[in-house]
Amino acid sequence: MEHAIHPEPTTFLRKHVFSVDHKVIGRQYLILGMVWALLGGLMAYVVRSQIAWPAQKVVGASLFIDGAAGPGIVLPETFNALITMHGTVMVFFVAMPILLGAFGNFLVPLMIGARDMAFPRLNMASFWVITTASLVMLVSMFLPGGPAASGWTGYPPLSARESYTGVGLGQAFWILALALEFTSFLMGGVNLLTTAITMRAPGMTMMRLPLMVWMQMTAAVLFMLSVGPTIAGAILLLLDRTAGTSFFVPAADGSGGDPLLWQHLFWFFGHPEVYVILLPGIGVLTEVLPTFSRKPIFSYKTILWSTMVAGVLSFLVWAHHMFVSGMSPLMVMPFSITTILISVPFTLVIFALIGTMIGGSIKLTTPMLFAVGTIACFIVGGVTGMFLGSAAVDTYMHDTYFVVAHFHYTLFPTVILGGLTGFYFWFPKMFGKTLNRPLGHIHFWITVISFNVLFIALFRVGLAGHVRRIWAAVTYDYLKPFQGLNVVATWAAIAMLIGQIPFIANLIWTAFKGEAAPSNPWKSNSLEWQTASPPPHENFHEIPTVHRGAYEYSVPGSEQDWIAQDSEPSSTSAG
Amino acid sequence: MFNWFPPEVSTFGQDIDSVFWLIFWLGLAGFLIAEGIILFALIYYRRGKGKKAAYIDGNSWKQASWILIPGAIVLCLDLAVDFAGGHAYHEVKGELPASDVKVRVEGEQFAWNITYPGPDGLFDTADDKLMLNQLHVPIHHPVHVYLRSKDVIHSFFVPTLRVKQDALPGREIALWFEADVAGQYEIACAELCGPNHYTMRGFLNVHTADEYAAWVGETWGDN
Repeated sequence: MEHAIHPEPTTFLRKHVFSVDHKVIGRQYLILGMVWALLGGLMAYVVRSQIAWPAQKVVGASLFIDGAAGPGIVLPETFNALITMHGTVMVFFVAMPILLGAFGNFLVPLMIGARDMAFPRLNMASFWVITTASLVMLVSMFLPGGPAASGWTGYPPLSARESYTGVGLGQAFWILALALEFTSFLMGGVNLLTTAITMRAPGMTMMRLPLMVWMQMTAAVLFMLSVGPTIAGAILLLLDRTAGTSFFVPAADGSGGDPLLWQHLFWFFGHPEVYVILLPGIGVLTEVLPTFSRKPIFSYKTILWSTMVAGVLSFLVWAHHMFVSGMSPLMVMPFSITTILISVPFTLVIFALIGTMIGGSIKLTTPMLFAVGTIACFIVGGVTGMFLGSAAVDTYMHDTYFVVAHFHYTLFPTVILGGLTGFYFWFPKMFGKTLNRPLGHIHFWITVISFNVLFIALFRVGLAGHVRRIWAAVTYDYLKPFQGLNVVATWAAIAMLIGQIPFIANLIWTAFKGEAAPSNPWKSNSLEWQTASPPPHENFHEIPTVHRGAYEYSVPGSEQDWIAQDSEPSSTSAG
Repeated sequence: MFNWFPPEVSTFGQDIDSVFWLIFWLGLAGFLIAEGIILFALIYYRRGKGKKAAYIDGNSWKQASWILIPGAIVLCLDLAVDFAGGHAYHEVKGELPASDVKVRVEGEQFAWNITYPGPDGLFDTADDKLMLNQLHVPIHHPVHVYLRSKDVIHSFFVPTLRVKQDALPGREIALWFEADVAGQYEIACAELCGPNHYTMRGFLNVHTADEYAAWVGETWGDN
């Protein structure tokens, strides 16, 4: 396929704004996700400040929060809105745009040796749909009655009737924004799968694909198979909310709808969604660890099949979010067993990732530091999941800060640390500049240390029975002794936000002073590194022919310790 | 050992805590091993002059055993955790033991309505007594709680009992506990239920037999 699939645009708007080029769209997703990450982080700061110093003025928040109690003072309804928005934003507008939207779009065509995605216009449409979703979500925060305030899980009846929260149109806008977001990623998923299956360069067999491509494909399949029931649920919730139906709201005599139905519809999607986010994060590691260990990925096929098994299992575990929901106790044990069983494929994946480093020649570049940090922190998330998967322990732990700390230990490493790993690794390719190394290292250490202090403190208060989503823990006598740890956690959150200053400084410094990046700064094998940084229009001057897998590092008898996927095999060693 | 939980005052609390500690020690061992190997790799296999990486792709069974064996160990530990947890869960949420002490707890934004059936042992009769946020129970005696909600989902959480159960509108959920230490303990709402969710605080009063009899007499008179 040597003909141009779309001509090079000439106007600024076509080139940088309404572009159909997967590289531009990938960068747009990245910027969208990073802007939301900053907003989501600031929301967490306000939430943490309120928890540590209840009803006191939150420094710097006066401009945005001006309720009945005065500027900067967070009322309980504002608090509930902020935790709802923080969760929604971080999962749907940060994790997915960065890990799937940015990395999937930018990397997959380059890694498989294609000129663009299979459906470039659909690709552009998917970005503008999530941009619309973002605007709807933003507008929802400024409507009378405030934004949605029933948690990111939106459990009815709380979310289904205005009288329970005082939130007006905000909740309906929240549902609408999510529906649009789902639509965007359905479009993106179809596009990504079609691209990866039909547009691979000659010689790029499925088993030669970099694992990142596989992780993106598995994530897309999981998302598309799971999201349907939730979209249906969202429509029913919207009807309950706006048309007065009662799908999820029982009448006083027990007739009518059932709130548990929503929980099933939500978590049937909600759990696979965790893996939709997690797998691309693992995909980043499968590219970064071999590159900086100069070693092949350990057991390509084990990682591939394990993630697929975990993906299948993820459809059979959703009710572990509902152990104390009132669901039949008979259903609990099967879900407890499948949940705990998921630790097996992930043990294989984690040990394969660690095994990649064993016997290597490890260089702790900024992306490698973040990669190791990702695994080291994610292990804590995995181990603590065992407590919650055990239904007996969960009857105590459910809805405490232990749960909050657990899922932050799974999602923060994959989304933020994994996302930053990918960002530092592919930045030279995406933007053609070399980032500053000391600033990258400072960014890493502050982020990782503050993250651990913050959530170890929350594990501890969770064990003490600190329930989540409460405006002031000091209401309860049994939590008063733990207020000090709440303050520690809040200072750690503040440190984490301050720790992003070196990152932003790095971006500004690089924009002005960064050296031009070579095409393959890390001496990596996969195809995206075998073209210019940033890649030219339509990616490759000539579509490469692939001769081997992506992980041929330190091959015995070879002069250099890497062999590009498209380099011609020499007559002596047919790879 | 560490004392990380609130005091434990129910007959099954110990069993739940012991499942926690089982997972804790297994998890801690796994955590230390995995993190230890990472640290070892970073130090021992750091890049240096003359050092060359080994070509190990992990595709042979022999090499893959490096990860398959940990996987098999984790599978066995999983089963152990499942069995231990299953037993404790059955104890807490399985069949209710017979009891004549019954209360109805109904969540409502933002209070616990606690109804006592009175001497006739039947709800919705004239001798019912309703108290806000005050749950009175005898020590060493199983108690049945019939959990309901008037509006949204609440969650009845007594940390010292290790009991938590969501209260749903439209249905009644039965649960039980038997307290074995007298005293007053806090009841929390664990499920976000609206703006003043954090104020939904109640009290569990575990009375000794004499105290309880006195409380019953005081509440219903000596008839």
